[in-house]
Amino acid sequence: MEGGFGSDFGSSGGGKLDPGLIMEQVKVQIAVANAQELLQRMTDKCFRKCIGKPGGSLDNSEQKCIAMCMDRYMDAWNTVSRAYNSRLQRERANM
Amino acid sequence: MDSSSSSSAAGLGSVDPQLQHFIKVETQKQRFQQLVHQMTELCWEKCMDKPGPKLDSRAEACFVNCVERFIDTSQFILNRLEQTQKSKPVFSESLSD
Repeated sequence: MEGGFGSDFGSSGGGKLDPGLIMEQVKVQIAVANAQELLQRMTDKCFRKCIGKPGGSLDNSEQKCIAMCMDRYMDAWNTVSRAYNSRLQRERANM
Repeated sequence: MDSSSSSSAAGLGSVDPQLQHFIKVETQKQRFQQLVHQMTELCWEKCMDKPGPKLDSRAEACFVNCVERFIDTSQFILNRLEQTQKSKPVFSESLSD
């Protein structure tokens, strides 16, 4: 992650910062960070669920389990996101 | 969080108000996302047995309840700490900063 922006971060020559360019780059960085976060947690969870005893290779049933686990993790993520969002909406309405 | 981001931004000189607004919105969005990551992980442990071909309704209901109760817990703890602080402060000032 370090140094990903390089020295040309948001500057369009002359050291003047271009807000539009900064916002674009920040958005990309946020998306990357979120994808990494999801990937890391998903790997951890699905490894625990699907790899009982690590064998000589990732066998067929393990691969099937991981694929299924990934899909369910995404379902869970979306369900949690929706539930949290509706809770926030409700609390905002009650204020 | 908001005060710290604006005070550190002030160090950069005049900050574009559009950029300031952008940072505020993105910070809020990111806080939401971060909590979704955290709650998904937590509730996965509580609600997921063996991942099946689809998320069944029982598990889905469990996830929704899990989110609601997690937020309740967080608010309960916050309220109770506030109450106990009012009656007899247990934390020294060193803890509050």
